Amino acid sequence: MGLNRDQIAKRIARELKDGMYVNLGIGVPTLVANNVPDDIEIVLQSENGMLGIGPFPTEEEVDADLINAGKQTVTLRQGGSYFDSALSFGMIRAGKVDLTVLGAMEVSDQGDIANWKVPGKMVKGMGGAMDLVASAKNIIVAMMHTDKEGNSKLLKQCSLPITGLKCVKRVVTDLGFFEITENGFLLKEYAPGVTIEDIKAKTEGRLEIAADVKEMEF
Amino acid sequence: MGFNKVVQNAEEAIKDIQDGAVIMLGGFGLCGIPENCINALVKQGTKDLTCISNNAGVDDFGIGLMLKTKQVKKMVSSYVGENAEFERQLLSGELEVELIPQGTLATRCLAAAYGMPAIFTPAGVGTEVAEGKEVRNFNGKDYLMEMAFEADFSIVKAWKGDSAGNIIFNKTARNFNEVMAKAGKITIVEVEELVPLGELDPNAIHVPGIYVHRIFQGTDYEKRIEQRTVSQ
Repeated sequence: MGLNRDQIAKRIARELKDGMYVNLGIGVPTLVANNVPDDIEIVLQSENGMLGIGPFPTEEEVDADLINAGKQTVTLRQGGSYFDSALSFGMIRAGKVDLTVLGAMEVSDQGDIANWKVPGKMVKGMGGAMDLVASAKNIIVAMMHTDKEGNSKLLKQCSLPITGLKCVKRVVTDLGFFEITENGFLLKEYAPGVTIEDIKAKTEGRLEIAADVKEMEF
Repeated sequence: MGFNKVVQNAEEAIKDIQDGAVIMLGGFGLCGIPENCINALVKQGTKDLTCISNNAGVDDFGIGLMLKTKQVKKMVSSYVGENAEFERQLLSGELEVELIPQGTLATRCLAAAYGMPAIFTPAGVGTEVAEGKEVRNFNGKDYLMEMAFEADFSIVKAWKGDSAGNIIFNKTARNFNEVMAKAGKITIVEVEELVPLGELDPNAIHVPGIYVHRIFQGTDYEKRIEQRTVSQ
């Protein structure tokens, strides 16, 4: 029941528009790159200093000096460019990146996001996430709807240390596609095999059901 | 004499780094890290270092080596990631760690490089990062005031360089190396290829030699890859 990681990525890819500069976070967001519709062209920005991330290299092409922000070896597309970390975050801060997709541990119904630390247990660090969420006009979060114990990760208030306030616009979970409005999470599409009642039961934050809610198509 | 900044090797380049120094180290993950200088610092045994670096290497490579030998008093980084020893020392309190947003890290270097005392960034507003910092509102949006870094030494790795200290980076190994090379009081550069003066295209130089104090031909680069991903 619910979407797998690849389906979450596939649904997010439908939000891409031709000509967008896009920053994809580590994990499920990275999979969005495999699902770009054929009729549009986007450019992927990597915060370690490149525009125009291409596919993984062949064995012969592997270059230790050419990696993405997830430290994976990649290639550069034609028309791409390299730059340093300061300029990379300069373009992010200046709002040049059109869309940011990132993972989260928790999202609140006001669009707050937490994804860098579980006090006392785990510290990954915020990396570029705090910069991205503070400046991006357009943020989509890819995440699981509940934790392993079944507790909602779509909350009234984030319980974990915050990464950014009131910044998330859309959320795609294994259960559905949501917009964040003044009234909280707005369910626009539910995953195949999932009921609206399931989603209500698993969403702790304020939840509205869109008048035109429908099943997600694949 | 003049503008010859070439030193023999890493040992010579770092020999006056004292216990307690504040040093910047370039690289992103393991990409573009100054391998020779890190190994020389481990050999020299310099202690109580404050290291400003986006990451802290991995357990057995890069800055991870200096964590293992307990040479680092404090790390200023944006990402712990998959470094188990770093995370262990952080959670146990053995190591002082200041985690800051990656763009803030880069821009605090930039401020030092450009002679500006501070910058304003929206990154971290409303989070733990904002604690104790001045918040200023510009055009309806809140920004944190972040201070320029003051580092005793910047240690970076470049692709090519000449005796005047002009340097060029390769692909994404440019990352923090470029901005940190411009940000230190004393900048030490190790290069894969030290070329004769006049060979670098002046149009292509990423950091002009005025920022660089010591440069040397590096050796035995391992250039380890963290995530070797290939297509079929």
